Amino acid sequence: MTRLLALFLLCIPAAHAQLSIEITGAGAQRIPIAIVPFTGEKTLPPGISSIVRADLERSGFFRGLELPPIAPEPTEATSINYAEWRSRLADALLVGSVQQRPDGRFEVRFRVHDVVKQQPLGGIAYTLNKDQVRATAHRISDFVYEKLTGEKGVFSTRIAYVVKRGNRYELQIADYDGANAETALASFEPIISPVWSPDGKRLAYVSFENKKPVVYIHTLADGRRHVVANFKGSNSAPAWTPDGNRLAVVLSREGGSQLFMINADGSGVRRLASSSAIDTEPRFSPDGQSIYFTSDRGGTPQIYRMSATGGEPQRVTFEGSYNVSPRISPDGKTLAYITRNDSKFQVALLDLSTRQVQILTDSDRDESPSFSPNGRMILLATVIGERGVLSAVSADGRVKQRLSTAAGDVREPAWGPFIE
Amino acid sequence: MRAMFCVLSAASLALASCATEEQKPAAQAPVETKPGAPQAVQTQPVKPVTPGKPGASPFAALKDPGSILSKRTVYFDFDKFDVKPEYRPLVEAHAKFLRENPSAKMLIQGNADERGSREYNVGLGQRRSEAVKKMLTLLGAREEQIEAVSLGEEKPACAEHSEECWAKNRRDDMLYSGEY
Repeated sequence: MTRLLALFLLCIPAAHAQLSIEITGAGAQRIPIAIVPFTGEKTLPPGISSIVRADLERSGFFRGLELPPIAPEPTEATSINYAEWRSRLADALLVGSVQQRPDGRFEVRFRVHDVVKQQPLGGIAYTLNKDQVRATAHRISDFVYEKLTGEKGVFSTRIAYVVKRGNRYELQIADYDGANAETALASFEPIISPVWSPDGKRLAYVSFENKKPVVYIHTLADGRRHVVANFKGSNSAPAWTPDGNRLAVVLSREGGSQLFMINADGSGVRRLASSSAIDTEPRFSPDGQSIYFTSDRGGTPQIYRMSATGGEPQRVTFEGSYNVSPRISPDGKTLAYITRNDSKFQVALLDLSTRQVQILTDSDRDESPSFSPNGRMILLATVIGERGVLSAVSADGRVKQRLSTAAGDVREPAWGPFIE
Repeated sequence: MRAMFCVLSAASLALASCATEEQKPAAQAPVETKPGAPQAVQTQPVKPVTPGKPGASPFAALKDPGSILSKRTVYFDFDKFDVKPEYRPLVEAHAKFLRENPSAKMLIQGNADERGSREYNVGLGQRRSEAVKKMLTLLGAREEQIEAVSLGEEKPACAEHSEECWAKNRRDDMLYSGEY
Protein backbone atom coordinates (compact mmCIF):
# COMPACT_ATOMS: atom_id res chain seq x y z
CA MET A 1 0.00 0.00 0.00
CA THR A 2 2.80 2.41 0.74
CA ARG A 3 4.06 1.72 -2.73
CA LEU A 4 0.68 2.56 -4.17
CA LEU A 5 0.66 5.76 -2.19
CA ALA A 6 4.14 6.67 -3.39
CA LEU A 7 3.11 6.09 -6.96
CA PHE A 8 0.21 8.44 -6.60
CA LEU A 9 2.17 11.23 -5.02
CA LEU A 10 4.29 11.30 -8.17
CA CYS A 11 1.32 11.41 -10.44
CA ILE A 12 0.35 15.00 -11.01
CA PRO A 13 -2.52 14.68 -13.45
CA ALA A 14 -2.15 16.94 -16.45
CA ALA A 15 -5.33 18.76 -17.34
CA HIS A 16 -6.89 17.97 -20.73
CA ALA A 17 -4.64 14.96 -21.11
CA GLN A 18 -7.08 12.23 -20.26
CA LEU A 19 -7.51 9.64 -22.95
CA SER A 20 -10.98 8.37 -23.62
CA ILE A 21 -11.47 4.89 -24.91
CA GLU A 22 -13.99 3.47 -27.27
CA ILE A 23 -14.12 -0.19 -28.16
CA THR A 24 -14.92 -1.20 -31.72
CA GLY A 25 -15.36 -4.88 -32.21
CA ALA A 26 -15.20 -7.59 -29.61
CA GLY A 27 -13.72 -10.99 -28.98
CA ALA A 28 -15.68 -14.04 -30.00
CA GLN A 29 -15.64 -15.97 -26.77
CA ARG A 30 -15.99 -13.60 -23.88
CA ILE A 31 -16.55 -14.79 -20.35
CA PRO A 32 -19.90 -13.46 -19.09
CA ILE A 33 -19.20 -11.99 -15.68
CA ALA A 34 -21.63 -10.51 -13.20
CA ILE A 35 -19.98 -7.58 -11.42
CA VAL A 36 -22.21 -6.57 -8.54
CA PRO A 37 -21.74 -2.98 -7.37
CA PHE A 38 -19.67 -3.16 -4.18
CA THR A 39 -21.73 -2.24 -1.14
CA GLY A 40 -20.71 1.17 0.18
CA GLU A 41 -18.67 2.05 -2.92
CA LYS A 42 -20.58 5.31 -3.45
CA THR A 43 -18.37 6.82 -0.76
CA LEU A 44 -15.40 6.27 -3.10
CA PRO A 45 -16.15 7.84 -6.48
CA PRO A 46 -15.94 7.04 -9.33
CA GLY A 47 -16.86 3.56 -8.09
CA ILE A 48 -14.59 0.58 -8.01
CA SER A 49 -16.93 -1.90 -9.68
CA SER A 50 -17.43 0.27 -12.77
CA ILE A 51 -13.65 0.64 -13.25
CA VAL A 52 -13.20 -3.12 -12.89
CA ARG A 53 -15.96 -3.76 -15.39
CA ALA A 54 -14.41 -1.33 -17.91
CA ASP A 55 -11.01 -2.97 -17.43
CA LEU A 56 -12.29 -6.48 -17.97
CA GLU A 57 -14.39 -5.57 -21.01
CA ARG A 58 -11.49 -3.67 -22.55
CA SER A 59 -9.37 -6.82 -22.40
CA GLY A 60 -11.68 -8.46 -24.92
CA PHE A 61 -12.04 -11.57 -22.77
CA PHE A 62 -15.01 -10.53 -20.66
CA ARG A 63 -18.57 -9.33 -21.08
CA GLY A 64 -20.09 -7.57 -18.10
CA LEU A 65 -23.68 -8.63 -17.55
CA GLU A 66 -26.46 -6.11 -16.99
CA LEU A 67 -27.86 -6.76 -13.54
CA PRO A 68 -31.18 -5.80 -12.00
CA PRO A 69 -31.01 -4.34 -8.50
CA ILE A 70 -30.49 -7.16 -6.05
CA ALA A 71 -31.66 -6.97 -2.44
CA PRO A 72 -29.98 -7.60 -0.19
CA GLU A 73 -26.81 -6.82 -2.15
CA PRO A 74 -24.43 -9.74 -1.95
CA THR A 75 -20.92 -9.05 -0.69
CA GLU A 76 -17.70 -11.02 -0.36
CA ALA A 77 -19.11 -12.47 2.84
CA THR A 78 -22.39 -13.62 1.34
CA SER A 79 -23.11 -17.25 0.75
CA ILE A 80 -23.60 -17.50 -3.02
CA ASN A 81 -26.56 -19.22 -4.65
CA TYR A 82 -24.70 -20.44 -7.72
CA ALA A 83 -27.82 -21.82 -9.45
CA GLU A 84 -29.41 -18.39 -9.34
CA TRP A 85 -26.32 -16.76 -10.93
CA ARG A 86 -26.16 -19.52 -13.50
CA SER A 87 -29.74 -18.71 -14.48
CA ARG A 88 -28.61 -15.10 -14.99
CA LEU A 89 -26.12 -16.57 -17.54
CA ALA A 90 -23.08 -15.64 -15.48
CA ASP A 91 -19.98 -17.81 -15.74
CA ALA A 92 -18.23 -15.70 -13.15
CA LEU A 93 -19.26 -13.41 -10.32
CA LEU A 94 -17.48 -10.57 -8.54
CA VAL A 95 -18.81 -9.23 -5.25
CA GLY A 96 -17.30 -6.89 -2.71
CA SER A 97 -17.71 -4.11 -0.20
CA VAL A 98 -16.19 -0.79 0.80
CA GLN A 99 -16.00 0.40 4.38
CA GLN A 100 -14.59 3.57 5.86
CA ARG A 101 -12.19 2.97 8.71
CA PRO A 102 -11.93 5.06 11.87
CA ASP A 103 -8.67 6.59 10.59
CA GLY A 104 -10.46 7.98 7.51
CA ARG A 105 -8.99 5.49 5.11
CA PHE A 106 -11.04 2.85 3.35
CA GLU A 107 -11.06 -0.89 3.22
CA VAL A 108 -12.11 -2.76 0.10
CA ARG A 109 -12.84 -6.47 0.19
CA PHE A 110 -13.86 -8.60 -2.73
CA ARG A 111 -14.33 -12.21 -3.79
CA VAL A 112 -14.51 -13.71 -7.25
CA HIS A 113 -16.51 -16.88 -7.91
CA ASP A 114 -16.49 -19.45 -10.68
CA VAL A 115 -20.24 -19.90 -11.14
CA VAL A 116 -19.89 -22.85 -13.51
CA LYS A 117 -17.69 -24.83 -11.11
CA GLN A 118 -19.65 -23.40 -8.18
CA GLN A 119 -16.63 -22.40 -6.18
CA PRO A 120 -14.99 -19.24 -4.87
CA LEU A 121 -11.68 -18.41 -6.53
CA GLY A 122 -10.39 -16.09 -3.85
CA GLY A 123 -10.32 -12.49 -2.79
CA ILE A 124 -8.21 -9.84 -1.11
CA ALA A 125 -8.67 -6.88 1.23
CA TYR A 126 -7.00 -3.57 0.38
CA THR A 127 -6.64 -0.47 2.49
CA LEU A 128 -6.54 2.73 0.51
CA ASN A 129 -6.87 6.48 0.48
CA LYS A 130 -9.52 8.30 -1.48
CA ASP A 131 -7.09 9.06 -4.31
CA GLN A 132 -6.18 5.40 -4.82
CA VAL A 133 -9.53 4.22 -6.16
CA ARG A 134 -8.37 3.69 -9.74
CA ALA A 135 -5.12 1.96 -8.77
CA THR A 136 -6.97 -0.33 -6.37
CA ALA A 137 -9.67 -1.13 -8.93
CA HIS A 138 -6.95 -2.03 -11.48
CA ARG A 139 -5.41 -4.42 -8.93
CA ILE A 140 -8.76 -6.09 -8.43
CA SER A 141 -9.10 -6.38 -12.21
CA ASP A 142 -5.65 -7.98 -12.39
CA PHE A 143 -6.68 -10.50 -9.74
CA VAL A 144 -9.96 -11.40 -11.45
CA TYR A 145 -8.34 -11.58 -14.88
CA GLU A 146 -5.59 -13.90 -13.70
CA LYS A 147 -7.98 -16.16 -11.76
CA LEU A 148 -10.28 -16.59 -14.74
CA THR A 149 -7.85 -16.65 -17.69
CA GLY A 150 -4.70 -18.01 -16.07
CA GLU A 151 -2.70 -15.07 -17.43
CA LYS A 152 -1.44 -11.91 -15.84
CA GLY A 153 -3.54 -8.79 -16.40
CA VAL A 154 -2.04 -5.51 -17.56
CA PHE A 155 -4.48 -3.20 -15.78
CA SER A 156 -1.84 -1.81 -13.42
CA THR A 157 0.73 -1.13 -16.12
CA ARG A 158 1.47 2.26 -17.62
CA ILE A 159 2.02 3.63 -21.09
CA ALA A 160 4.25 6.39 -22.46
CA TYR A 161 3.52 8.49 -25.53
CA VAL A 162 4.30 11.88 -27.04
CA VAL A 163 1.69 14.61 -27.46
CA LYS A 164 2.29 17.47 -29.86
CA ARG A 165 0.32 20.66 -29.22
CA GLY A 166 1.32 23.44 -31.55
CA ASN A 167 5.08 23.74 -31.22
CA ARG A 168 5.18 21.95 -27.89
CA TYR A 169 6.05 18.30 -27.45
CA GLU A 170 5.21 16.46 -24.23
CA LEU A 171 6.41 13.03 -23.22
CA GLN A 172 3.58 11.73 -21.08
CA ILE A 173 3.12 8.74 -18.81
CA ALA A 174 -0.38 7.47 -18.07
CA ASP A 175 -2.16 4.45 -16.67
CA TYR A 176 -2.74 1.78 -19.31
CA ASP A 177 -6.23 3.25 -19.91
CA GLY A 178 -4.94 6.81 -20.32
CA ALA A 179 -6.02 8.02 -16.88
CA ASN A 180 -3.66 9.90 -14.55
CA ALA A 181 -1.55 11.29 -17.37
CA GLU A 182 1.51 13.22 -16.25
CA THR A 183 4.14 15.03 -18.29
CA ALA A 184 7.66 13.71 -17.82
CA LEU A 185 9.26 16.06 -20.31
CA ALA A 186 8.09 19.10 -22.27
CA SER A 187 10.12 20.54 -25.12
CA PHE A 188 9.84 22.84 -28.09
CA GLU A 189 11.72 20.29 -30.18
CA PRO A 190 10.55 16.81 -31.17
CA ILE A 191 10.75 13.78 -28.89
CA ILE A 192 10.56 10.30 -30.47
CA SER A 193 11.13 6.63 -29.76
CA PRO A 194 10.44 6.31 -26.03
CA VAL A 195 11.23 2.82 -24.69
CA TRP A 196 10.70 1.55 -21.15
CA SER A 197 13.51 0.02 -19.16
CA PRO A 198 12.69 -3.58 -18.21
CA ASP A 199 12.08 -2.52 -14.58
CA GLY A 200 9.63 0.21 -15.66
CA LYS A 201 11.53 2.91 -13.77
CA ARG A 202 13.25 4.64 -16.67
CA LEU A 203 12.56 5.66 -20.23
CA ALA A 204 15.11 5.98 -22.99
CA TYR A 205 14.12 8.30 -25.82
CA VAL A 206 15.42 10.54 -28.57
CA SER A 207 15.16 14.30 -28.10
CA PHE A 208 15.97 16.91 -30.74
CA GLU A 209 16.45 19.74 -28.23
CA ASN A 210 20.06 20.16 -29.42
CA LYS A 211 18.96 20.52 -33.05
CA LYS A 212 19.96 16.93 -33.69
CA PRO A 213 18.87 13.56 -32.36
CA VAL A 214 20.41 12.67 -28.99
CA VAL A 215 19.55 9.62 -26.84
CA TYR A 216 18.63 10.23 -23.18
CA ILE A 217 17.67 8.06 -20.22
CA HIS A 218 15.04 9.61 -17.95
CA THR A 219 14.31 8.33 -14.44
CA LEU A 220 10.59 8.76 -13.84
CA ALA A 221 10.57 8.92 -10.04
CA ASP A 222 12.80 12.00 -9.77
CA GLY A 223 12.68 13.39 -13.31
CA ARG A 224 16.45 13.25 -13.65
CA ARG A 225 17.94 12.34 -16.97
CA HIS A 226 21.30 11.90 -18.58
CA VAL A 227 22.69 11.73 -22.08
CA VAL A 228 23.42 8.20 -23.24
CA ALA A 229 24.60 8.95 -26.77
CA ASN A 230 25.49 12.35 -28.16
CA PHE A 231 28.18 11.60 -30.69
CA LYS A 232 28.90 13.61 -33.79
CA GLY A 233 26.05 13.02 -36.23
CA SER A 234 22.70 11.44 -35.32
CA ASN A 235 21.97 9.29 -32.26
CA SER A 236 18.66 7.46 -32.23
CA ALA A 237 16.49 4.32 -31.94
CA PRO A 238 17.38 3.14 -28.41
CA ALA A 239 16.47 -0.43 -27.34
CA TRP A 240 17.13 -1.88 -23.86
CA THR A 241 18.78 -5.22 -23.32
CA PRO A 242 16.48 -7.47 -21.24
CA ASP A 243 18.74 -7.00 -18.19
CA GLY A 244 18.40 -3.20 -18.46
CA ASN A 245 22.15 -2.61 -18.33
CA ARG A 246 22.83 -1.70 -21.91
CA LEU A 247 21.14 -0.35 -25.02
CA ALA A 248 21.39 -0.90 -28.72
CA VAL A 249 21.41 2.49 -30.46
CA VAL A 250 21.76 3.77 -33.99
CA LEU A 251 24.69 6.14 -34.50
CA SER A 252 25.99 7.89 -37.59
CA ARG A 253 29.33 8.79 -36.04
CA GLU A 254 31.19 6.50 -38.41
CA GLY A 255 28.98 7.36 -41.38
CA GLY A 256 25.54 6.04 -42.23
CA SER A 257 22.93 4.85 -39.71
CA GLN A 258 24.51 1.87 -38.00
CA LEU A 259 23.87 -0.35 -34.96
CA PHE A 260 25.99 0.07 -31.81
CA MET A 261 25.85 -1.20 -28.25
CA ILE A 262 26.33 1.21 -25.36
CA ASN A 263 26.13 0.96 -21.57
CA ALA A 264 23.18 2.72 -19.92
CA ASP A 265 25.61 5.27 -18.45
CA GLY A 266 26.88 6.16 -21.92
CA SER A 267 30.18 4.33 -21.64
CA GLY A 268 31.58 1.41 -23.59
CA VAL A 269 30.23 2.17 -27.05
CA ARG A 270 31.05 -0.49 -29.60
CA ARG A 271 29.88 -1.28 -33.08
CA LEU A 272 27.46 -4.16 -33.41
CA ALA A 273 27.11 -4.51 -37.16
CA SER A 274 28.46 -3.02 -40.33
CA SER A 275 26.68 -2.36 -43.59
CA SER A 276 26.41 0.29 -46.26
CA ALA A 277 22.65 0.40 -45.66
CA ILE A 278 20.40 2.07 -43.10
CA ASP A 279 20.27 -0.30 -40.12
CA THR A 280 17.83 0.94 -37.48
CA GLU A 281 14.97 0.17 -35.05
CA PRO A 282 16.78 -2.57 -33.09
CA ARG A 283 14.80 -4.67 -30.57
CA PHE A 284 16.08 -7.52 -28.44
CA SER A 285 14.29 -10.84 -28.27
CA PRO A 286 13.02 -11.54 -24.71
CA ASP A 287 15.90 -13.97 -24.11
CA GLY A 288 18.39 -11.33 -25.19
CA GLN A 289 19.98 -13.66 -27.71
CA SER A 290 18.75 -12.00 -30.91
CA ILE A 291 18.26 -8.53 -32.27
CA TYR A 292 15.52 -7.72 -34.76
CA PHE A 293 16.07 -4.57 -36.79
CA THR A 294 15.06 -2.70 -39.94
CA SER A 295 17.53 -2.53 -42.82
CA ASP A 296 17.34 -1.54 -46.47
CA ARG A 297 20.43 -3.56 -47.39
CA GLY A 298 18.30 -5.54 -49.85
CA GLY A 299 17.03 -2.42 -51.61
CA THR A 300 13.82 -1.92 -49.63
CA PRO A 301 13.39 -1.62 -45.86
CA GLN A 302 12.82 -5.09 -44.40
CA ILE A 303 13.17 -6.72 -41.01
CA TYR A 304 16.24 -8.80 -40.20
CA ARG A 305 17.37 -10.83 -37.24
CA MET A 306 20.90 -11.38 -36.05
CA SER A 307 22.70 -12.66 -33.00
CA ALA A 308 22.99 -10.08 -30.23
CA THR A 309 26.75 -10.55 -30.43
CA GLY A 310 26.75 -9.60 -34.11
CA GLY A 311 27.21 -11.85 -37.10
CA GLU A 312 25.38 -12.39 -40.36
CA PRO A 313 21.76 -11.11 -40.31
CA GLN A 314 18.92 -13.26 -41.65
CA ARG A 315 16.04 -11.64 -43.44
CA VAL A 316 12.70 -12.14 -41.62
CA THR A 317 10.08 -10.35 -43.77
CA PHE A 318 9.61 -11.10 -47.45
CA GLU A 319 6.10 -10.02 -48.41
CA GLY A 320 5.86 -6.42 -49.58
CA SER A 321 8.33 -3.65 -50.25
CA TYR A 322 8.19 -1.82 -46.93
CA ASN A 323 8.30 -3.66 -43.59
CA VAL A 324 9.58 -1.68 -40.62
CA SER A 325 9.41 -1.15 -36.83
CA PRO A 326 9.83 -4.75 -35.58
CA ARG A 327 8.45 -5.51 -32.09
CA ILE A 328 8.88 -8.99 -30.75
CA SER A 329 6.10 -10.39 -28.52
CA PRO A 330 6.87 -11.01 -24.84
CA ASP A 331 6.93 -14.79 -25.47
CA GLY A 332 9.25 -14.32 -28.44
CA LYS A 333 6.94 -16.24 -30.78
CA THR A 334 5.42 -13.51 -32.90
CA LEU A 335 6.66 -10.31 -34.49
CA ALA A 336 4.51 -7.21 -34.89
CA TYR A 337 5.63 -4.63 -37.42
CA ILE A 338 4.39 -1.99 -39.82
CA THR A 339 3.85 -3.06 -43.41
CA ARG A 340 2.94 -0.96 -46.42
CA ASN A 341 -0.10 -2.27 -48.29
CA ASP A 342 -0.44 -0.23 -51.47
CA SER A 343 -0.25 3.19 -49.84
CA LYS A 344 -1.54 2.08 -46.44
CA PHE A 345 0.72 1.56 -43.45
CA GLN A 346 -0.77 -1.13 -41.22
CA VAL A 347 0.15 -3.36 -38.30
CA ALA A 348 1.10 -6.89 -39.34
CA LEU A 349 1.75 -9.89 -37.13
CA LEU A 350 4.15 -12.62 -38.20
CA ASP A 351 4.08 -16.03 -36.55
CA LEU A 352 7.78 -16.82 -36.43
CA SER A 353 7.30 -20.59 -36.53
CA THR A 354 4.61 -20.92 -39.22
CA ARG A 355 5.67 -17.79 -41.17
CA GLN A 356 1.98 -16.78 -41.38
CA VAL A 357 1.36 -13.05 -41.70
CA GLN A 358 -1.88 -11.42 -40.53
CA ILE A 359 -2.79 -7.76 -41.02
CA LEU A 360 -4.37 -6.66 -37.74
CA THR A 361 -5.64 -3.16 -38.49
CA ASP A 362 -7.84 -1.48 -41.07
CA SER A 363 -6.45 2.01 -40.53
CA ASP A 364 -3.94 3.39 -43.02
CA ARG A 365 -1.26 5.41 -41.25
CA ASP A 366 -0.21 3.14 -38.42
CA GLU A 367 3.10 3.57 -36.60
CA SER A 368 5.01 2.37 -33.55
CA PRO A 369 3.30 -0.88 -32.49
CA SER A 370 3.89 -1.88 -28.87
CA PHE A 371 2.90 -5.16 -27.16
CA SER A 372 1.16 -5.19 -23.80
CA PRO A 373 3.41 -7.04 -21.34
CA ASN A 374 1.14 -10.10 -21.46
CA GLY A 375 1.27 -10.08 -25.26
CA ARG A 376 -2.51 -9.90 -25.68
CA MET A 377 -2.85 -6.37 -27.03
CA ILE A 378 -0.83 -4.13 -29.32
CA LEU A 379 -0.86 -0.39 -28.80
CA LEU A 380 -0.16 1.74 -31.88
CA ALA A 381 -0.30 5.26 -33.22
CA THR A 382 -2.49 6.06 -36.17
CA VAL A 383 -4.08 9.10 -37.79
CA ILE A 384 -7.80 9.83 -37.75
CA GLY A 385 -9.00 13.05 -39.34
CA GLU A 386 -5.50 14.52 -39.66
CA ARG A 387 -4.85 14.01 -35.97
CA GLY A 388 -2.57 11.47 -34.34
CA VAL A 389 -4.42 9.12 -31.98
CA LEU A 390 -3.55 6.01 -30.05
CA SER A 391 -5.27 2.81 -30.89
CA ALA A 392 -5.06 -0.73 -29.60
CA VAL A 393 -5.77 -4.03 -31.27
CA SER A 394 -5.83 -7.49 -29.75
CA ALA A 395 -3.09 -9.80 -30.99
CA ASP A 396 -5.78 -11.92 -32.67
CA GLY A 397 -7.13 -8.82 -34.44
CA ARG A 398 -10.62 -9.19 -32.99
CA VAL A 399 -10.81 -6.32 -30.53
CA LYS A 400 -10.00 -2.78 -31.57
CA GLN A 401 -9.98 0.25 -29.33
CA ARG A 402 -9.30 3.88 -29.86
CA LEU A 403 -7.79 6.14 -27.24
CA SER A 404 -7.91 9.84 -27.92
CA THR A 405 -7.01 12.99 -26.09
CA ALA A 406 -9.05 16.13 -26.00
CA ALA A 407 -6.44 18.10 -27.92
CA GLY A 408 -3.18 17.58 -29.69
CA ASP A 409 -1.51 14.99 -31.80
CA VAL A 410 -0.64 11.78 -29.98
CA ARG A 411 2.12 9.52 -31.26
CA GLU A 412 5.00 7.21 -30.32
CA PRO A 413 3.21 4.99 -27.78
CA ALA A 414 5.17 2.51 -25.69
CA TRP A 415 3.49 0.04 -23.32
CA GLY A 416 5.40 -0.34 -20.08
CA PRO A 417 6.33 -3.60 -18.37
CA PHE A 418 4.65 -5.39 -15.45
CA ILE A 419 5.51 -3.64 -12.19
CA GLU A 420 6.12 -5.98 -9.29
CA MET B 1 45.80 25.73 -53.23
CA ARG B 2 47.52 26.32 -56.51
CA ALA B 3 46.01 23.28 -58.10
CA MET B 4 42.64 24.37 -56.87
CA PHE B 5 43.17 27.78 -58.41
CA CYS B 6 43.83 26.12 -61.71
CA VAL B 7 40.62 24.24 -61.54
CA LEU B 8 38.65 27.30 -60.65
CA SER B 9 40.29 29.36 -63.41
CA ALA B 10 39.28 29.17 -67.01
CA ALA B 11 39.62 25.74 -68.40
CA SER B 12 41.14 26.83 -71.69
CA LEU B 13 44.10 28.62 -70.15
CA ALA B 14 44.50 26.60 -67.02
CA LEU B 15 47.49 24.54 -68.02
CA ALA B 16 49.43 27.48 -69.40
CA SER B 17 48.82 29.76 -66.46
CA CYS B 18 49.68 27.06 -64.00
CA ALA B 19 52.92 26.31 -65.68
CA THR B 20 53.84 29.96 -65.71
CA GLU B 21 53.04 30.39 -62.05
CA GLU B 22 54.96 27.38 -60.99
CA GLN B 23 58.03 28.80 -62.54
CA LYS B 24 57.53 31.98 -60.55
CA PRO B 25 56.92 30.91 -56.97
CA ALA B 26 57.09 34.46 -55.80
CA ALA B 27 54.22 35.51 -57.99
CA GLN B 28 51.27 37.15 -56.38
CA ALA B 29 48.75 35.04 -54.53
CA PRO B 30 46.16 33.49 -56.76
CA VAL B 31 43.48 36.08 -56.61
CA GLU B 32 41.07 36.86 -59.35
CA THR B 33 41.50 39.42 -62.04
CA LYS B 34 43.15 42.72 -61.23
CA PRO B 35 42.57 45.95 -63.11
CA GLY B 36 45.05 46.30 -65.90
CA ALA B 37 45.94 42.67 -66.05
CA PRO B 38 46.58 41.38 -69.54
CA GLN B 39 43.45 40.35 -71.35
CA ALA B 40 44.88 36.89 -71.95
CA VAL B 41 44.62 35.80 -68.34
CA GLN B 42 41.10 37.07 -67.84
CA THR B 43 38.87 34.16 -66.99
CA GLN B 44 35.19 33.73 -66.42
CA PRO B 45 33.78 36.27 -64.03
CA VAL B 46 33.51 35.11 -60.44
CA LYS B 47 31.02 36.86 -58.27
CA PRO B 48 32.70 38.27 -55.21
CA VAL B 49 31.98 36.44 -52.02
CA THR B 50 31.70 39.51 -49.81
CA PRO B 51 29.60 42.61 -50.37
CA GLY B 52 32.88 44.38 -50.85
CA LYS B 53 33.47 46.69 -47.89
CA PRO B 54 37.11 46.43 -47.00
CA GLY B 55 37.46 44.72 -43.66
CA ALA B 56 33.90 43.44 -43.65
CA SER B 57 33.47 40.00 -42.17
CA PRO B 58 33.19 37.29 -44.77
CA PHE B 59 30.40 35.88 -42.63
CA ALA B 60 28.22 38.83 -43.63
CA ALA B 61 27.75 37.16 -47.01
CA LEU B 62 25.91 34.31 -45.31
CA LYS B 63 23.06 36.66 -44.60
CA ASP B 64 23.26 38.77 -47.74
CA PRO B 65 20.20 37.98 -49.84
CA GLY B 66 22.25 38.86 -52.92
CA SER B 67 24.81 36.16 -52.18
CA ILE B 68 24.33 32.56 -53.14
CA LEU B 69 25.62 31.77 -49.64
CA SER B 70 22.35 32.99 -48.17
CA LYS B 71 20.69 30.03 -49.85
CA ARG B 72 20.90 26.98 -47.64
CA THR B 73 18.52 24.33 -48.83
CA VAL B 74 19.09 21.37 -51.14
CA TYR B 75 16.01 19.40 -52.21
CA PHE B 76 15.94 15.72 -53.09
CA ASP B 77 13.75 13.51 -55.23
CA PHE B 78 11.61 10.79 -53.66
CA ASP B 79 13.75 8.00 -52.25
CA LYS B 80 16.86 9.70 -53.68
CA PHE B 81 20.01 10.93 -52.02
CA ASP B 82 22.13 12.29 -54.85
CA VAL B 83 22.64 16.04 -55.03
CA LYS B 84 20.92 17.15 -58.22
CA PRO B 85 23.01 19.18 -60.72
CA GLU B 86 20.95 22.30 -60.11
CA TYR B 87 22.25 22.44 -56.51
CA ARG B 88 25.89 21.99 -57.47
CA PRO B 89 26.71 25.73 -57.67
CA LEU B 90 25.15 26.21 -54.22
CA VAL B 91 27.18 23.42 -52.66
CA GLU B 92 30.33 24.62 -54.44
CA ALA B 93 29.86 28.14 -53.05
CA HIS B 94 29.54 26.80 -49.51
CA ALA B 95 32.54 24.53 -50.00
CA LYS B 96 34.55 27.54 -51.07
CA PHE B 97 33.35 29.52 -48.08
CA LEU B 98 34.29 26.73 -45.68
CA ARG B 99 37.67 26.40 -47.39
CA GLU B 100 38.37 30.10 -47.10
CA ASN B 101 37.08 30.36 -43.57
CA PRO B 102 38.59 27.46 -41.65
CA SER B 103 36.96 28.63 -38.42
CA ALA B 104 33.49 28.31 -39.94
CA LYS B 105 31.45 25.32 -38.83
CA MET B 106 28.40 23.93 -40.52
CA LEU B 107 25.52 21.72 -39.35
CA ILE B 108 23.66 19.96 -42.15
CA GLN B 109 20.20 18.79 -41.13
CA GLY B 110 18.78 16.14 -43.44
CA ASN B 111 15.02 15.65 -43.62
CA ALA B 112 12.54 13.13 -44.98
CA ASP B 113 8.88 13.31 -45.83
CA GLU B 114 6.34 12.00 -43.35
CA ARG B 115 5.58 8.63 -44.88
CA GLY B 116 6.70 5.55 -43.01
CA SER B 117 8.63 4.85 -39.84
CA ARG B 118 10.02 7.80 -37.91
CA GLU B 119 13.30 6.07 -37.18
CA TYR B 120 13.77 4.81 -40.72
CA ASN B 121 13.13 8.38 -41.83
CA VAL B 122 15.91 9.51 -39.49
CA GLY B 123 18.08 7.15 -41.53
CA LEU B 124 16.88 8.61 -44.83
CA GLY B 125 17.56 12.16 -43.65
CA GLN B 126 21.01 11.10 -42.50
CA ARG B 127 21.80 9.74 -45.94
CA ARG B 128 20.84 13.10 -47.45
CA SER B 129 22.88 15.20 -45.03
CA GLU B 130 25.88 12.95 -45.57
CA ALA B 131 25.53 13.30 -49.35
CA VAL B 132 25.95 17.08 -49.14
CA LYS B 133 28.70 16.71 -46.54
CA LYS B 134 30.58 14.38 -48.83
CA MET B 135 30.34 16.81 -51.74
CA LEU B 136 31.53 19.68 -49.54
CA THR B 137 34.57 17.73 -48.36
CA LEU B 138 35.40 16.57 -51.88
CA LEU B 139 35.39 20.25 -52.81
CA GLY B 140 37.91 21.05 -50.12
CA ALA B 141 35.97 21.71 -46.90
CA ARG B 142 37.50 19.92 -43.93
CA GLU B 143 35.65 17.03 -42.35
CA GLU B 144 35.94 18.65 -38.89
CA GLN B 145 34.06 21.72 -40.10
CA ILE B 146 30.87 19.84 -40.89
CA GLU B 147 28.42 17.80 -38.86
CA ALA B 148 25.79 15.89 -40.81
CA VAL B 149 22.69 15.01 -38.80
CA SER B 150 19.10 14.04 -39.46
CA LEU B 151 15.80 15.42 -38.27
CA GLY B 152 13.91 12.60 -39.97
CA GLU B 153 10.30 13.57 -40.62
CA GLU B 154 10.08 15.63 -37.44
CA LYS B 155 10.62 19.14 -38.81
CA PRO B 156 8.63 19.44 -42.02
CA ALA B 157 8.90 22.70 -43.94
CA CYS B 158 5.40 22.09 -45.23
CA ALA B 159 2.68 20.43 -43.19
CA GLU B 160 0.17 19.25 -45.75
CA HIS B 161 -0.12 15.66 -46.92
CA SER B 162 0.56 16.05 -50.63
CA GLU B 163 3.40 15.25 -53.00
CA GLU B 164 3.96 18.98 -53.51
CA CYS B 165 4.46 19.37 -49.80
CA TRP B 166 6.51 16.22 -49.37
CA ALA B 167 8.93 17.48 -52.03
CA LYS B 168 9.60 20.53 -49.85
CA ASN B 169 10.32 18.28 -46.90
CA ARG B 170 12.88 16.03 -48.60
CA ARG B 171 15.69 18.46 -48.04
CA ASP B 172 18.98 19.38 -46.40
CA ASP B 173 19.32 22.65 -44.52
CA MET B 174 22.84 24.01 -44.11
CA LEU B 175 23.34 26.04 -40.95
CA TYR B 176 26.47 27.81 -39.72
CA SER B 177 27.52 28.16 -36.08
CA GLY B 178 25.34 30.65 -34.35
CA GLU B 179 22.39 29.88 -36.56
CA TYR B 180 21.15 26.83 -34.71
